[in-house]
Amino acid sequence: MNVTIALAGNPNSGKTTMFNKLTGSSQRVGNWPGVTVDKKVGKIKGTDGADLVDLPGVYSLSPYSPEEIVSRNFLVDERPDAILNIVDATNLERNLFLTLQLIDTGIPTVIALNMIDAVEKLGDTIDVKKLSGALGCPVVAVSALKGTGIDEMVSEVLKAAQSKKACEPIRFKDDIESLITSAEKRLNGKVPDASLRFHAVKLIENDEVVNEKFADVRKDMESEIEKVEEAHDDDMDSIIADARYNNISDITSKVVKKAKRDPRGTISDRIDRIVTHRILGIPIFLCVMALLFFGIIGYGDITGIGTYCTDWLNEYIGVLMEDIALWCEENGVDEILASLLVDGIIGGVGAVIGFLPQMLILFLGLCILEDIGYMSRIAFVMDRIFRYFGLSGKSFIPVLVGTGCGVPGILASRTIESERDRRITAMTVTFIPCGAKLPVIAMIAGAIFGGDGMVALFSYILGAVCVLISGIILKKWKRFAGDPAPFIMELPPYHIPNWMNVIKGTLDRGWAFVKNAGTIILLSCVILWALMSFDTSFNWIGANGTSDSILQTIGEAISVIFVPLGWGDEWQLTVGTFTGLIAKENIIGTFGVLFGFEEIGEEGEEIWMMLSLILTKAEALSFLAFNLICAPCFAAIGAMHRELGTWKSTAIAIGYQCVLAYAVSMILYAFLSLFWGYEVDTVIVVVAVILLAILVYLLCAKDPFKVIDNAIKRD
Amino acid sequence: MKTLRNIGCGETTKVVKLHGEGALKRRIMDMGITKGCEIYVRKVAPLGDPIEITVRGYELTLRKSDAEMIEVQ
Repeated sequence: MNVTIALAGNPNSGKTTMFNKLTGSSQRVGNWPGVTVDKKVGKIKGTDGADLVDLPGVYSLSPYSPEEIVSRNFLVDERPDAILNIVDATNLERNLFLTLQLIDTGIPTVIALNMIDAVEKLGDTIDVKKLSGALGCPVVAVSALKGTGIDEMVSEVLKAAQSKKACEPIRFKDDIESLITSAEKRLNGKVPDASLRFHAVKLIENDEVVNEKFADVRKDMESEIEKVEEAHDDDMDSIIADARYNNISDITSKVVKKAKRDPRGTISDRIDRIVTHRILGIPIFLCVMALLFFGIIGYGDITGIGTYCTDWLNEYIGVLMEDIALWCEENGVDEILASLLVDGIIGGVGAVIGFLPQMLILFLGLCILEDIGYMSRIAFVMDRIFRYFGLSGKSFIPVLVGTGCGVPGILASRTIESERDRRITAMTVTFIPCGAKLPVIAMIAGAIFGGDGMVALFSYILGAVCVLISGIILKKWKRFAGDPAPFIMELPPYHIPNWMNVIKGTLDRGWAFVKNAGTIILLSCVILWALMSFDTSFNWIGANGTSDSILQTIGEAISVIFVPLGWGDEWQLTVGTFTGLIAKENIIGTFGVLFGFEEIGEEGEEIWMMLSLILTKAEALSFLAFNLICAPCFAAIGAMHRELGTWKSTAIAIGYQCVLAYAVSMILYAFLSLFWGYEVDTVIVVVAVILLAILVYLLCAKDPFKVIDNAIKRD
Repeated sequence: MKTLRNIGCGETTKVVKLHGEGALKRRIMDMGITKGCEIYVRKVAPLGDPIEITVRGYELTLRKSDAEMIEVQ
């Protein structure tokens, strides 16, 4: 039997738990076309091939958030055979708001009254039979967590899918119903018969998408609609929403019997009172973050779990590389082929795999915080600060994680619901110095500034400033101004984590990273390997030959563009910037090779002397700033591509980072040179002043989208 | 006009009308804040904004600037 069933419901309604329960291991995770919203499909266990499509959790079928658009397009355009609507029984009123809209689509709907055990625990009762009668569709009381009622629910939904019989929609008051009938008449033939009512209701409630599609119909009805609006003294969208909620209140007042509540509140209430306490809230939040961060990255001599696993794996990969190189040598494998295999491919894949343990542990931590309901409290506590910079409270976690490694930092932005904030965060996380940038900072500090700790402080402040000003600048750009995401968020009750969800969520995210990021890292590493290993007439000069390589030729040619930044005269610095794209700490190794040292320490102590001869303080800080802010390593670029969704967006992100890096470095170079009294070209100073003026203008300019933020039309 | 912003912690009020338009208003209504419904202002975030309210039996948070769009008794 080949049927498709859509799983729909509010966020936090237990939809994910139900999906995991129903499909077991047969899930396929992907993205909905064009947006970074997870699309999950699986086969329902114990049926012969009923497909279950997990729609994103939504509160309504309005056309505003990407999640809502995805859900709505799937229901209206693809018309699944049935909808399985998961309803949180502890929060019946708001959950039924979506249910009524689902019924309007004319698709057979079955309601799973989830968390019925929690309702019973509170001492409340819900008359399932009466509810089913009032809604006109089958209702089954279930508990996804405990697994009760699942079989009955599945058989009901299969029955509904085969019958193809839609539920009777819940009617509104007569004046509204006559409007709907009138709209239905006009839309007849223009939309599929089954979804006629859905389109008619959306048309009169001023739904942007439907109104645009049937602008003439809407215009014809204008006077009719105005009459009703006048009678109610309100807008049509409010009238319909009120009417829906009135219908719901009527129903729930008949079917729900509430027991007396404990005046001290539930356990969740009591936890919440402490966790989001006016004074304790922020310290508790900082402690949780510190625990997560140091648990993964470590602090001082204590190695974090994540770093420990990553180090172990990297060491293993190193040994593997040596073994393979040895094997190739012994068995007479062509030198070029062996180098491609060892340095190019295994080096590249190793760069991805090496990050995995750290990332999986981070994801595990984030999944737990999300599952127990703390994530939304973080946004609640931190929102005030981040809003000032155009982001929401949830942007804090990616930035914090980014101080350890940009890759999990970027991927942590997945938990931000607002598409706009998510994109801006993913683009700016790598400005914060990560673990791999620390040796570079140490090298510059050691070589030029006598090991002054202020250089590190300067780097972190520079990174933080870049994140914050980018938040302000980017949201003024039309590309990021769209998707107005009001900060109106449910704070779900705390609960004990569901381990199956947590582990599945962790593995899904990890695998998605390997799949998406792996490709780009592998490709980039192979290309860079080729550029380093051949000279311009394509003669093999050995892996990491670097000198006389194509890369050097390119580096010499390109270094001209870095002259205005003060460090373009030395082509080695340019080449170092490029090899830094594999991993930022590579900059040091490259310098070692290019300046002719066989062995080089982690912070490049051997070349400090050399660097101090060719770089002034201003030039050194300019070089450092450029390498901190410009395009991150390939692994991070791969992660960015995973979060941004398209190559175009990824290219724009990298472009923005490079332009910002260039501008900031030039400004630093020009003004610091003047400050310390070095010689600097007047033209460069003039350009730096202009760049600074532009930057200040971008920061202060009025946000062209702020006023109309709520009215921006989607294109 | 008295709005939700003016309601202090621990007070209960009733919605009179929603102002504004587009995504924000839609979202407010989708979350169950409609004419005549009761709202209990539960607490304010540590930094003074946003606020947490109880509506239709669940917890919701919104910014004070958005709360201004909700006219109450």
